[in-house]
Amino acid sequence: MDAHIRFNQVSVRYGARPALGDLSLEIPKNEVFGIIGPANSGKTTLLKCINRTIDFVSSARVTGHVLVGGEDVYRIRNVCSLRRRVGMVFPLPVGLPLSVYENVAYAPRRAGVYGRRELDALVETCLRQAMLWDEVKDRLRMLGTRLSGGQQQRLTLARALSHRPEILCLDEFSIAIDPVTTMKIEDILRELKQQMTIVLVTNLVQQARRLADRTAFLSGGRLIEVDQTEKLFEHPAERLTERYVNGDFG
Amino acid sequence: MRTPVDAGLDPRGERASAGQDLFAPSAWERWKGVKEKVARLVFLGMTLALVLPVVVIVGYLIFRAWPVLSLSFLLENPRNYMTAGGIWAPLVGTFCLVFFSLLVAAPIGILAGVYLNEYARDNWLTRIINLAVMNLAGVPSIVHGLFGVGAFVMFAHMGRSVLAAACTLAVMSLPVIITSTREALGAVPMAFREACWNVGASRWQTVRTIVLPNSISGMLTGVIFEVSRAAGETAPILFTGAVFFAPVPDHGWASLFPYGPGDRCMALSMHLFTLATQVRDAPESIQYGTAVVLMGLILAVNGLSIGLRTYLRSRKRW
Repeated sequence: MDAHIRFNQVSVRYGARPALGDLSLEIPKNEVFGIIGPANSGKTTLLKCINRTIDFVSSARVTGHVLVGGEDVYRIRNVCSLRRRVGMVFPLPVGLPLSVYENVAYAPRRAGVYGRRELDALVETCLRQAMLWDEVKDRLRMLGTRLSGGQQQRLTLARALSHRPEILCLDEFSIAIDPVTTMKIEDILRELKQQMTIVLVTNLVQQARRLADRTAFLSGGRLIEVDQTEKLFEHPAERLTERYVNGDFG
Repeated sequence: MRTPVDAGLDPRGERASAGQDLFAPSAWERWKGVKEKVARLVFLGMTLALVLPVVVIVGYLIFRAWPVLSLSFLLENPRNYMTAGGIWAPLVGTFCLVFFSLLVAAPIGILAGVYLNEYARDNWLTRIINLAVMNLAGVPSIVHGLFGVGAFVMFAHMGRSVLAAACTLAVMSLPVIITSTREALGAVPMAFREACWNVGASRWQTVRTIVLPNSISGMLTGVIFEVSRAAGETAPILFTGAVFFAPVPDHGWASLFPYGPGDRCMALSMHLFTLATQVRDAPESIQYGTAVVLMGLILAVNGLSIGLRTYLRSRKRW
Protein backbone atom coordinates (compact mmCIF):
# COMPACT_ATOMS: atom_id res chain seq x y z
CA MET A 1 0.00 0.00 0.00
CA ASP A 2 1.29 3.41 -0.94
CA ALA A 3 1.01 5.26 2.36
CA HIS A 4 0.90 9.02 2.25
CA ILE A 5 1.38 9.32 5.97
CA ARG A 6 2.94 6.54 7.95
CA PHE A 7 3.36 6.34 11.71
CA ASN A 8 5.95 3.83 12.71
CA GLN A 9 5.95 2.99 16.43
CA VAL A 10 5.49 6.60 17.41
CA SER A 11 5.50 7.49 21.09
CA VAL A 12 5.18 10.99 22.52
CA ARG A 13 5.76 12.09 26.08
CA TYR A 14 5.08 15.50 27.57
CA GLY A 15 7.71 15.57 30.28
CA ALA A 16 6.96 12.46 32.29
CA ARG A 17 3.40 12.12 31.04
CA PRO A 18 2.96 9.75 28.08
CA ALA A 19 0.56 11.07 25.44
CA LEU A 20 0.93 8.55 22.66
CA GLY A 21 2.19 5.03 23.06
CA ASP A 22 3.79 2.99 20.33
CA LEU A 23 1.38 3.90 17.60
CA SER A 24 1.66 2.54 14.08
CA LEU A 25 -0.69 3.66 11.35
CA GLU A 26 -0.83 4.12 7.60
CA ILE A 27 -2.95 6.62 5.76
CA PRO A 28 -3.07 6.21 1.99
CA LYS A 29 -3.30 9.05 -0.48
CA ASN A 30 -6.66 10.77 -1.03
CA GLU A 31 -8.29 9.11 1.92
CA VAL A 32 -10.43 10.81 4.51
CA PHE A 33 -9.12 9.36 7.70
CA GLY A 34 -11.21 9.89 10.82
CA ILE A 35 -9.78 9.85 14.31
CA ILE A 36 -12.14 9.60 17.23
CA GLY A 37 -11.61 9.06 20.92
CA PRO A 38 -12.34 10.55 24.33
CA ALA A 39 -10.57 13.62 25.71
CA ASN A 40 -6.89 13.25 26.40
CA SER A 41 -6.48 10.26 24.14
CA GLY A 42 -3.71 11.76 22.00
CA LYS A 43 -5.70 12.80 18.93
CA THR A 44 -4.27 16.29 18.66
CA THR A 45 -0.79 15.09 19.54
CA LEU A 46 -1.01 12.68 16.63
CA LEU A 47 -1.84 15.51 14.23
CA LYS A 48 0.94 17.69 15.59
CA CYS A 49 3.47 15.00 14.77
CA ILE A 50 2.61 15.15 11.09
CA ASN A 51 3.81 18.69 10.48
CA ARG A 52 6.07 18.83 13.51
CA THR A 53 4.11 21.52 15.28
CA ILE A 54 4.79 19.28 18.26
CA ASP A 55 8.20 21.02 18.25
CA PHE A 56 6.55 24.11 19.76
CA VAL A 57 5.86 22.19 22.93
CA SER A 58 9.25 22.29 24.59
CA SER A 59 8.55 19.41 26.95
CA ALA A 60 7.44 17.02 24.18
CA ARG A 61 9.69 14.09 23.29
CA VAL A 62 8.91 12.12 20.15
CA THR A 63 10.31 8.68 19.41
CA GLY A 64 9.65 6.48 16.42
CA HIS A 65 9.19 7.63 12.85
CA VAL A 66 6.57 9.74 11.12
CA LEU A 67 6.84 9.57 7.36
CA VAL A 68 5.11 11.96 5.01
CA GLY A 69 5.32 10.92 1.37
CA GLY A 70 7.97 8.41 2.36
CA GLU A 71 10.18 11.01 4.04
CA ASP A 72 10.93 10.99 7.75
CA VAL A 73 9.68 14.36 9.01
CA TYR A 74 12.60 14.68 11.40
CA ARG A 75 15.02 14.28 8.50
CA ILE A 76 13.46 17.16 6.57
CA ARG A 77 15.86 20.07 6.76
CA ASN A 78 13.43 22.80 5.84
CA VAL A 79 10.54 22.36 8.21
CA CYS A 80 8.71 25.27 6.53
CA SER A 81 8.39 23.27 3.32
CA LEU A 82 6.94 20.37 5.31
CA ARG A 83 4.42 22.66 6.97
CA ARG A 84 3.43 24.11 3.62
CA ARG A 85 2.55 20.61 2.49
CA VAL A 86 0.26 20.13 5.48
CA GLY A 87 -2.78 22.32 6.17
CA MET A 88 -3.67 22.48 9.86
CA VAL A 89 -6.87 23.67 11.48
CA PHE A 90 -6.90 23.68 15.26
CA PRO A 91 -10.05 23.91 17.38
CA LEU A 92 -9.38 27.41 18.71
CA PRO A 93 -9.59 29.75 15.74
CA VAL A 94 -6.72 32.20 15.43
CA GLY A 95 -7.33 35.14 13.14
CA LEU A 96 -4.05 36.88 12.52
CA PRO A 97 -4.15 40.63 13.26
CA LEU A 98 -4.34 41.35 9.54
CA SER A 99 -7.18 42.00 7.14
CA VAL A 100 -9.38 39.10 6.05
CA TYR A 101 -7.68 39.17 2.66
CA GLU A 102 -4.18 39.20 4.14
CA ASN A 103 -5.09 36.39 6.50
CA VAL A 104 -5.68 34.11 3.56
CA ALA A 105 -2.92 35.60 1.39
CA TYR A 106 -0.45 35.26 4.24
CA ALA A 107 0.87 31.80 3.49
CA PRO A 108 1.15 32.22 -0.32
CA ARG A 109 3.00 35.50 0.17
CA ARG A 110 5.46 33.85 2.53
CA ALA A 111 6.00 31.19 -0.11
CA GLY A 112 6.84 33.83 -2.70
CA VAL A 113 3.53 34.38 -4.50
CA TYR A 114 3.22 38.11 -5.09
CA GLY A 115 1.15 38.46 -8.27
CA ARG A 116 -1.96 40.48 -7.48
CA ARG A 117 -4.27 38.58 -9.80
CA GLU A 118 -2.96 35.21 -8.67
CA LEU A 119 -3.45 36.14 -5.01
CA ASP A 120 -6.94 37.52 -5.63
CA ALA A 121 -8.01 34.30 -7.29
CA LEU A 122 -6.44 32.17 -4.59
CA VAL A 123 -8.05 34.14 -1.77
CA GLU A 124 -11.46 33.86 -3.39
CA THR A 125 -11.12 30.13 -4.01
CA CYS A 126 -10.02 29.41 -0.46
CA LEU A 127 -12.70 31.58 1.10
CA ARG A 128 -15.32 29.88 -1.05
CA GLN A 129 -14.04 26.46 -0.05
CA ALA A 130 -14.33 27.49 3.60
CA MET A 131 -17.91 28.77 2.97
CA LEU A 132 -16.89 32.23 4.08
CA TRP A 133 -16.74 34.12 0.79
CA ASP A 134 -20.36 35.31 0.72
CA GLU A 135 -20.10 36.70 4.24
CA VAL A 136 -16.85 38.61 3.80
CA LYS A 137 -16.59 39.43 0.11
CA ASP A 138 -17.57 43.05 0.74
CA ARG A 139 -15.22 43.54 3.68
CA LEU A 140 -12.00 41.84 2.74
CA ARG A 141 -10.13 44.85 4.17
CA MET A 142 -11.64 44.35 7.62
CA LEU A 143 -9.49 42.95 10.40
CA GLY A 144 -9.73 39.17 10.55
CA THR A 145 -9.78 39.35 14.34
CA ARG A 146 -13.08 41.28 14.21
CA LEU A 147 -14.94 38.36 12.68
CA SER A 148 -17.15 36.21 14.89
CA GLY A 149 -15.83 32.99 16.36
CA GLY A 150 -17.38 30.76 13.73
CA GLN A 151 -16.23 33.01 10.93
CA GLN A 152 -12.71 33.02 12.29
CA GLN A 153 -12.84 29.26 12.39
CA ARG A 154 -13.67 29.20 8.69
CA LEU A 155 -10.98 31.81 8.11
CA THR A 156 -8.42 29.43 9.61
CA LEU A 157 -9.74 26.75 7.32
CA ALA A 158 -9.31 29.06 4.34
CA ARG A 159 -5.79 29.86 5.50
CA ALA A 160 -4.96 26.18 5.85
CA LEU A 161 -6.10 25.66 2.25
CA SER A 162 -4.28 28.72 0.96
CA HIS A 163 -0.90 27.09 0.60
CA ARG A 164 -2.34 24.25 -1.50
CA PRO A 165 -1.48 21.47 0.95
CA GLU A 166 -1.41 17.82 -0.02
CA ILE A 167 -2.55 16.85 3.47
CA LEU A 168 -5.31 18.60 5.38
CA CYS A 169 -5.51 18.03 9.11
CA LEU A 170 -8.71 19.14 10.77
CA ASP A 171 -8.88 19.13 14.53
CA GLU A 172 -12.45 19.78 15.66
CA PHE A 173 -12.93 22.22 12.83
CA SER A 174 -16.66 22.51 13.34
CA ILE A 175 -17.13 23.21 17.05
CA ALA A 176 -17.84 26.92 16.50
CA ILE A 177 -19.67 26.53 13.19
CA ASP A 178 -23.43 26.14 12.83
CA PRO A 179 -24.76 22.78 11.59
CA VAL A 180 -25.90 24.03 8.18
CA THR A 181 -22.52 25.53 7.32
CA THR A 182 -20.82 22.47 8.73
CA MET A 183 -22.76 20.28 6.30
CA LYS A 184 -21.74 22.52 3.41
CA ILE A 185 -18.08 22.34 4.44
CA GLU A 186 -18.37 18.58 4.71
CA ASP A 187 -19.59 18.47 1.11
CA ILE A 188 -16.56 20.49 0.08
CA LEU A 189 -14.26 18.17 1.99
CA ARG A 190 -15.66 15.28 -0.02
CA GLU A 191 -14.64 17.14 -3.17
CA LEU A 192 -11.23 18.13 -1.80
CA LYS A 193 -10.54 14.48 -1.20
CA GLN A 194 -9.72 14.21 -4.91
CA GLN A 195 -6.79 16.56 -4.38
CA MET A 196 -5.57 15.81 -0.89
CA THR A 197 -5.45 13.42 2.00
CA ILE A 198 -7.64 14.54 4.86
CA VAL A 199 -7.10 13.64 8.50
CA LEU A 200 -10.19 14.47 10.51
CA VAL A 201 -10.07 14.54 14.28
CA THR A 202 -13.52 14.91 15.71
CA ASN A 203 -15.53 14.54 18.86
CA LEU A 204 -18.66 14.30 16.78
CA VAL A 205 -18.68 10.58 16.21
CA GLN A 206 -21.34 10.93 13.55
CA GLN A 207 -19.18 13.37 11.61
CA ALA A 208 -16.47 10.75 11.30
CA ARG A 209 -19.11 8.27 10.23
CA ARG A 210 -20.41 10.62 7.54
CA LEU A 211 -17.04 11.62 6.13
CA ALA A 212 -14.31 9.16 6.85
CA ASP A 213 -13.30 6.26 4.63
CA ARG A 214 -11.50 4.67 7.51
CA THR A 215 -11.61 5.59 11.17
CA ALA A 216 -9.24 5.05 14.05
CA PHE A 217 -10.31 4.89 17.66
CA LEU A 218 -7.82 6.16 20.20
CA SER A 219 -8.06 5.90 23.94
CA GLY A 220 -5.51 6.82 26.57
CA GLY A 221 -2.82 7.41 23.98
CA ARG A 222 -3.20 3.98 22.42
CA LEU A 223 -4.62 2.97 19.10
CA ILE A 224 -7.46 0.66 20.04
CA GLU A 225 -8.81 -0.09 16.62
CA VAL A 226 -8.61 1.10 13.02
CA ASP A 227 -10.88 -0.12 10.26
CA GLN A 228 -13.23 0.82 7.46
CA THR A 229 -15.59 3.36 8.98
CA GLU A 230 -18.68 1.28 8.31
CA LYS A 231 -17.17 -1.74 9.94
CA LEU A 232 -15.81 0.17 12.92
CA PHE A 233 -19.24 1.58 13.65
CA GLU A 234 -21.31 -1.48 12.86
CA HIS A 235 -19.12 -4.33 14.01
CA PRO A 236 -16.26 -3.04 16.10
CA ALA A 237 -13.73 -5.65 17.08
CA GLU A 238 -13.09 -4.16 20.47
CA ARG A 239 -15.58 -3.83 23.30
CA LEU A 240 -14.18 -0.35 24.16
CA THR A 241 -14.81 0.91 20.63
CA GLU A 242 -18.34 -0.37 20.68
CA ARG A 243 -19.09 1.38 23.94
CA TYR A 244 -17.59 4.66 22.66
CA VAL A 245 -19.36 4.80 19.31
CA ASN A 246 -22.63 3.94 20.99
CA GLY A 247 -22.12 6.73 23.50
CA ASP A 248 -21.82 4.53 26.56
CA PHE A 249 -18.77 6.36 27.79
CA GLY A 250 -16.91 9.41 26.67
CA MET B 1 -32.64 20.34 42.81
CA ARG B 2 -33.56 23.75 44.13
CA THR B 3 -30.65 26.15 44.35
CA PRO B 4 -30.60 28.84 47.05
CA VAL B 5 -31.34 31.45 44.38
CA ASP B 6 -34.55 30.03 43.04
CA ALA B 7 -35.66 29.23 46.55
CA GLY B 8 -35.37 32.96 47.28
CA LEU B 9 -32.59 32.37 49.76
CA ASP B 10 -29.51 34.54 50.05
CA PRO B 11 -26.16 32.95 50.96
CA ARG B 12 -26.84 33.42 54.67
CA GLY B 13 -29.90 31.30 54.30
CA GLU B 14 -32.40 34.03 55.21
CA ARG B 15 -35.55 33.68 53.25
CA ALA B 16 -36.53 36.80 51.33
CA SER B 17 -40.20 37.62 51.51
CA ALA B 18 -42.25 37.19 48.40
CA GLY B 19 -43.03 39.72 45.68
CA GLN B 20 -41.06 42.90 45.11
CA ASP B 21 -39.20 42.47 48.38
CA LEU B 22 -37.22 39.78 46.65
CA PHE B 23 -34.74 42.43 45.55
CA ALA B 24 -34.61 44.40 48.81
CA PRO B 25 -31.07 44.17 50.23
CA SER B 26 -30.64 41.70 53.03
CA ALA B 27 -28.38 42.35 56.00
CA TRP B 28 -25.68 40.39 54.27
CA GLU B 29 -25.83 42.57 51.19
CA ARG B 30 -25.86 45.80 53.20
CA TRP B 31 -22.71 44.67 55.02
CA LYS B 32 -21.20 43.80 51.63
CA GLY B 33 -21.96 47.34 50.47
CA VAL B 34 -20.24 48.85 53.51
CA LYS B 35 -17.11 46.77 52.89
CA GLU B 36 -17.15 47.80 49.25
CA LYS B 37 -17.18 51.50 50.21
CA VAL B 38 -14.39 51.11 52.76
CA ALA B 39 -12.20 49.25 50.28
CA ARG B 40 -12.76 51.89 47.64
CA LEU B 41 -11.87 54.71 50.08
CA VAL B 42 -8.68 52.98 51.22
CA PHE B 43 -7.48 52.49 47.64
CA LEU B 44 -8.41 56.06 46.72
CA GLY B 45 -6.56 57.37 49.78
CA MET B 46 -3.39 55.48 48.87
CA THR B 47 -3.54 56.80 45.32
CA LEU B 48 -3.88 60.36 46.60
CA ALA B 49 -0.99 59.80 49.00
CA LEU B 50 1.05 58.81 45.97
CA VAL B 51 0.16 61.82 43.88
CA LEU B 52 0.41 64.43 46.61
CA PRO B 53 4.23 64.54 46.99
CA VAL B 54 4.66 64.87 43.24
CA VAL B 55 2.29 67.82 43.11
CA VAL B 56 3.95 69.46 46.14
CA ILE B 57 7.48 69.01 44.77
CA VAL B 58 6.68 70.26 41.30
CA GLY B 59 4.65 73.16 42.68
CA TYR B 60 7.39 74.20 45.08
CA LEU B 61 10.08 74.00 42.40
CA ILE B 62 8.09 76.11 39.99
CA PHE B 63 7.28 78.62 42.75
CA ARG B 64 10.95 79.07 43.65
CA ALA B 65 12.12 79.11 40.06
CA TRP B 66 9.49 81.54 38.86
CA PRO B 67 11.73 84.66 38.71
CA VAL B 68 14.17 83.16 36.18
CA LEU B 69 11.83 81.10 34.03
CA SER B 70 11.79 82.59 30.55
CA LEU B 71 12.74 81.63 27.03
CA SER B 72 16.08 83.41 27.34
CA PHE B 73 16.88 81.28 30.41
CA LEU B 74 16.71 78.28 28.12
CA LEU B 75 18.57 79.83 25.22
CA GLU B 76 21.50 81.61 26.89
CA ASN B 77 24.78 80.30 28.19
CA PRO B 78 25.62 80.56 31.87
CA ARG B 79 27.57 83.76 32.65
CA ASN B 80 29.64 85.21 35.50
CA TYR B 81 30.84 81.87 36.85
CA MET B 82 27.33 80.47 36.47
CA THR B 83 25.76 83.06 38.75
CA ALA B 84 23.79 84.59 35.89
CA GLY B 85 22.54 83.77 32.42
CA GLY B 86 20.73 80.63 31.32
CA ILE B 87 21.26 76.95 30.79
CA TRP B 88 21.66 76.57 27.02
CA ALA B 89 24.97 74.69 27.14
CA PRO B 90 23.85 72.02 29.64
CA LEU B 91 20.50 71.69 27.91
CA VAL B 92 21.98 70.85 24.51
CA GLY B 93 24.62 68.77 26.26
CA THR B 94 21.90 66.58 27.75
CA PHE B 95 20.20 66.27 24.37
CA CYS B 96 23.52 65.27 22.77
CA LEU B 97 24.29 62.66 25.40
CA VAL B 98 20.85 61.11 25.21
CA PHE B 99 20.89 61.12 21.41
CA PHE B 100 24.25 59.38 21.12
CA SER B 101 23.45 56.91 23.89
CA LEU B 102 20.22 55.97 22.12
CA LEU B 103 22.09 55.57 18.87
CA VAL B 104 24.20 52.91 20.59
CA ALA B 105 21.73 51.33 22.99
CA ALA B 106 18.47 51.18 21.02
CA PRO B 107 19.62 48.95 18.12
CA ILE B 108 21.63 46.62 20.35
CA GLY B 109 18.94 46.43 23.01
CA ILE B 110 16.05 45.87 20.64
CA LEU B 111 17.81 43.30 18.49
CA ALA B 112 19.05 41.44 21.56
CA GLY B 113 15.53 41.51 22.99
CA VAL B 114 14.14 40.09 19.75
CA TYR B 115 16.72 37.33 19.76
CA LEU B 116 16.11 36.41 23.38
CA ASN B 117 12.35 36.38 23.02
CA GLU B 118 11.87 34.97 19.52
CA TYR B 119 14.84 32.75 18.78
CA ALA B 120 16.65 31.67 21.92
CA ARG B 121 15.69 28.33 23.34
CA ASP B 122 15.36 27.89 27.05
CA ASN B 123 18.79 26.51 27.91
CA TRP B 124 21.59 27.31 30.33
CA LEU B 125 23.14 29.96 28.06
CA THR B 126 19.87 31.87 27.76
CA ARG B 127 19.36 31.64 31.48
CA ILE B 128 22.81 33.04 32.16
CA ILE B 129 22.16 35.88 29.73
CA ASN B 130 18.84 36.64 31.41
CA LEU B 131 20.52 36.64 34.79
CA ALA B 132 23.23 38.97 33.48
CA VAL B 133 20.65 41.36 32.06
CA MET B 134 18.75 41.43 35.33
CA ASN B 135 21.90 42.03 37.35
CA LEU B 136 23.07 44.73 34.97
CA ALA B 137 19.80 46.55 35.63
CA GLY B 138 20.53 46.48 39.35
CA VAL B 139 24.05 47.90 39.17
CA PRO B 140 24.26 51.34 40.84
CA SER B 141 24.82 54.16 38.39
CA ILE B 142 28.08 55.27 39.98
CA VAL B 143 29.50 51.81 39.27
CA HIS B 144 28.48 52.26 35.65
CA GLY B 145 30.32 55.56 35.73
CA LEU B 146 33.53 53.96 36.96
CA PHE B 147 33.14 51.16 34.43
CA GLY B 148 32.79 53.83 31.74
CA VAL B 149 36.07 55.43 32.84
CA GLY B 150 37.87 52.12 32.63
CA ALA B 151 36.28 50.76 29.47
CA PHE B 152 35.58 53.76 27.26
CA VAL B 153 37.70 56.68 28.50
CA MET B 154 40.87 54.70 29.09
CA PHE B 155 40.75 51.29 27.42
CA ALA B 156 38.99 52.40 24.23
CA HIS B 157 40.95 55.69 24.18
CA MET B 158 37.85 57.78 23.77
CA GLY B 159 39.05 60.20 26.40
CA ARG B 160 36.54 62.17 28.42
CA SER B 161 34.09 62.94 25.68
CA VAL B 162 30.45 62.98 24.68
CA LEU B 163 31.03 59.61 23.05
CA ALA B 164 32.44 57.98 26.18
CA ALA B 165 29.68 59.40 28.34
CA ALA B 166 27.02 58.35 25.85
CA CYS B 167 28.43 54.81 25.68
CA THR B 168 28.36 54.63 29.48
CA LEU B 169 24.75 55.77 29.49
CA ALA B 170 24.03 53.21 26.77
CA VAL B 171 25.44 50.36 28.86
CA MET B 172 23.25 51.53 31.70
CA SER B 173 20.18 51.69 29.46
CA LEU B 174 20.68 48.34 27.73
CA PRO B 175 19.08 46.05 30.31
CA VAL B 176 16.02 48.25 30.56
CA ILE B 177 15.60 48.42 26.79
CA ILE B 178 16.11 44.67 26.47
CA THR B 179 13.56 43.99 29.19
CA SER B 180 10.94 46.36 27.80
CA THR B 181 11.47 44.94 24.30
CA ARG B 182 10.92 41.44 25.59
CA GLU B 183 7.81 42.52 27.43
CA ALA B 184 6.45 44.14 24.29
CA LEU B 185 7.16 41.01 22.25
CA GLY B 186 5.75 38.79 24.96
CA ALA B 187 2.45 40.69 24.77
CA VAL B 188 1.90 39.32 21.26
CA PRO B 189 -0.03 36.07 21.79
CA MET B 190 1.90 32.87 21.12
CA ALA B 191 -1.09 31.63 19.09
CA PHE B 192 -0.29 34.16 16.34
CA ARG B 193 3.23 32.83 15.98
CA GLU B 194 2.06 29.24 15.92
CA ALA B 195 -0.57 30.07 13.32
CA CYS B 196 2.16 31.53 11.12
CA TRP B 197 4.54 28.64 11.62
CA ASN B 198 1.69 26.27 10.86
CA VAL B 199 1.35 27.61 7.34
CA GLY B 200 5.06 27.39 6.71
CA ALA B 201 6.30 30.87 7.63
CA SER B 202 9.86 30.98 8.94
CA ARG B 203 10.69 32.57 12.26
CA TRP B 204 11.99 35.72 10.63
CA GLN B 205 8.92 36.02 8.39
CA THR B 206 6.73 35.64 11.46
CA VAL B 207 8.70 38.23 13.40
CA ARG B 208 8.69 40.69 10.50
CA THR B 209 5.06 40.35 9.46
CA ILE B 210 3.20 39.71 12.70
CA VAL B 211 5.28 40.12 15.84
CA LEU B 212 7.14 43.37 15.17
CA PRO B 213 4.23 45.37 13.73
CA ASN B 214 2.19 44.50 16.81
CA SER B 215 4.84 45.16 19.41
CA ILE B 216 6.70 48.16 18.04
CA SER B 217 4.58 50.49 20.18
CA GLY B 218 5.61 48.76 23.37
CA MET B 219 9.24 48.85 22.34
CA LEU B 220 9.10 52.56 21.57
CA THR B 221 7.50 53.20 24.93
CA GLY B 222 10.34 51.38 26.65
CA VAL B 223 12.97 53.26 24.69
CA ILE B 224 11.37 56.63 25.42
CA PHE B 225 11.12 55.88 29.12
CA GLU B 226 14.78 55.05 29.00
CA VAL B 227 15.50 58.44 27.43
CA SER B 228 14.00 60.18 30.43
CA ARG B 229 16.08 58.08 32.79
CA ALA B 230 19.30 58.67 30.90
CA ALA B 231 18.60 62.41 30.81
CA GLY B 232 18.40 62.56 34.58
CA GLU B 233 21.49 60.53 35.44
CA THR B 234 24.57 62.26 36.81
CA ALA B 235 26.90 59.56 38.07
CA PRO B 236 27.61 57.75 34.78
CA ILE B 237 28.64 60.96 33.01
CA LEU B 238 30.44 62.53 35.94
CA PHE B 239 33.86 61.07 35.11
CA THR B 240 33.32 60.14 31.50
CA GLY B 241 32.52 63.30 29.60
CA ALA B 242 30.56 65.91 31.48
CA VAL B 243 32.33 69.01 32.71
CA PHE B 244 31.45 71.92 34.99
CA PHE B 245 31.66 74.55 32.34
CA ALA B 246 32.01 74.41 28.58
CA PRO B 247 30.15 77.24 26.89
CA VAL B 248 28.83 76.70 23.38
CA PRO B 249 27.56 79.06 20.70
CA ASP B 250 24.14 80.19 21.84
CA HIS B 251 22.91 81.94 18.76
CA GLY B 252 23.00 81.38 15.03
CA TRP B 253 23.24 78.08 13.20
CA ALA B 254 26.27 76.95 15.14
CA SER B 255 24.16 76.74 18.29
CA LEU B 256 22.18 73.84 16.89
CA PHE B 257 25.11 71.44 16.62
CA PRO B 258 27.39 72.59 19.40
CA TYR B 259 29.03 69.33 20.45
CA GLY B 260 30.90 66.77 18.38
CA PRO B 261 31.34 63.22 19.67
CA GLY B 262 34.87 64.00 20.82
CA ASP B 263 34.08 67.14 22.83
CA ARG B 264 33.38 67.38 26.51
CA CYS B 265 30.00 68.76 27.33
CA MET B 266 27.80 70.13 30.04
CA ALA B 267 24.64 68.35 31.11
CA LEU B 268 21.59 69.49 33.04
CA SER B 269 21.89 67.01 35.88
CA MET B 270 25.58 67.74 36.24
CA HIS B 271 24.92 71.48 36.03
CA LEU B 272 22.43 71.24 38.86
CA PHE B 273 24.94 69.34 40.97
CA THR B 274 27.58 71.98 40.22
CA LEU B 275 25.30 74.89 41.02
CA ALA B 276 24.21 73.33 44.28
CA THR B 277 27.60 72.27 45.59
CA GLN B 278 30.44 74.06 43.78
CA VAL B 279 29.32 77.59 43.02
CA ARG B 280 29.43 79.84 46.09
CA ASP B 281 26.89 82.52 45.32
CA ALA B 282 24.66 81.09 42.60
CA PRO B 283 21.19 82.58 42.99
CA GLU B 284 18.78 79.95 44.22
CA SER B 285 16.31 80.74 41.49
CA ILE B 286 18.80 79.55 38.86
CA GLN B 287 19.22 76.26 40.69
CA TYR B 288 15.49 75.81 40.95
CA GLY B 289 15.10 76.88 37.34
CA THR B 290 17.54 74.19 36.23
CA ALA B 291 15.67 71.63 38.28
CA VAL B 292 12.37 72.70 36.78
CA VAL B 293 13.71 72.42 33.24
CA LEU B 294 15.19 68.99 33.93
CA MET B 295 11.97 67.74 35.48
CA GLY B 296 9.89 69.34 32.77
CA LEU B 297 12.01 67.62 30.17
CA ILE B 298 11.56 64.23 31.82
CA LEU B 299 7.83 64.73 32.37
CA ALA B 300 7.43 65.78 28.75
CA VAL B 301 9.28 62.73 27.48
CA ASN B 302 7.29 60.42 29.75
CA GLY B 303 4.10 62.14 28.69
CA LEU B 304 5.02 61.58 25.08
CA SER B 305 5.64 57.94 25.81
CA ILE B 306 2.33 57.50 27.63
CA GLY B 307 0.49 59.36 24.88
CA LEU B 308 2.07 57.18 22.22
CA ARG B 309 1.14 54.07 24.14
CA THR B 310 -2.44 55.17 24.56
CA TYR B 311 -2.72 56.02 20.89
CA LEU B 312 -1.26 52.73 19.73
CA ARG B 313 -3.27 50.74 22.22
CA SER B 314 -6.43 52.24 20.79
CA ARG B 315 -5.39 50.77 17.46
CA LYS B 316 -4.79 47.35 18.95
CA ARG B 317 -5.91 44.76 16.50
CA TRP B 318 -7.10 41.85 18.52
